[in-house]
Amino acid sequence: MPKPTKGPRLGGGPAHERHIMANLATALFEHGRITTTQAKARRLRPLAEKLITKAKKGDMHNRRQVLTVVRDKGVVHTLFTEIAPMFAERPGGYTRITKIGNRKGDNAPMAVIELVREPMQAKVTTGRVATPAAAEAPAAAAAEAANEEAKTETVEAPEAGDQPAEGATSAQTEEATEVEQAEGDAKPETKA
Amino acid sequence: MAVPKRKMSRSNTRSRRAQWKTSAPVLVRCPQCRDPKLPHIACPTCGTYNRRQVVEPSA
Repeated sequence: MPKPTKGPRLGGGPAHERHIMANLATALFEHGRITTTQAKARRLRPLAEKLITKAKKGDMHNRRQVLTVVRDKGVVHTLFTEIAPMFAERPGGYTRITKIGNRKGDNAPMAVIELVREPMQAKVTTGRVATPAAAEAPAAAAAEAANEEAKTETVEAPEAGDQPAEGATSAQTEEATEVEQAEGDAKPETKA
Repeated sequence: MAVPKRKMSRSNTRSRRAQWKTSAPVLVRCPQCRDPKLPHIACPTCGTYNRRQVVEPSA
């Protein structure tokens, strides 16, 4: 069962909120980006993304379901023929909300909600995994630094509040194998 | 209707209002134009957020 929306409805009641959300969604699909209050943008995002998901399926049933929210047939047409193919590669996250500060007049926090038009790029997370060679140099440097820290820690006291496990293990190991072990220690550090 | 029994003294009024304090907003540097701006909000000077143009610069 979907989790009910917390807090009061936008506008004067549930029906008013439905109208507001339908109008906002229509405007978003018509113009690509709209400026509204943060609260409305954050309510609009899940609705708009669900409509885009329906549009990506693209059959008549889904089109009728979208038409129950977005009443404008022209806008629904653009949604199905232009916006949905744009998001064919993208697995969700079709909209972007950027805060733009408070409105003059009533100090309401405003935001821009827009369709994400940038083409999908390779995942950013692959940068960490796919470049172990690039990570070697800083990892080695970090390992040396860790060794030095471990030595100083052994001299001073076992305070080591930040990196207790790494410092302790590298300190207990012998001097010859220290570098390799430190590299082994440093690699999970880069992953984390 | 319930009403105050006594006049609020100037002292009490001013003691209460002495607690109304302002606080300086937290500001960060815009990576694009180096102007101070509010964090997590598009820069009002150059209109960018994370170097992406979001709004028109406000004059």
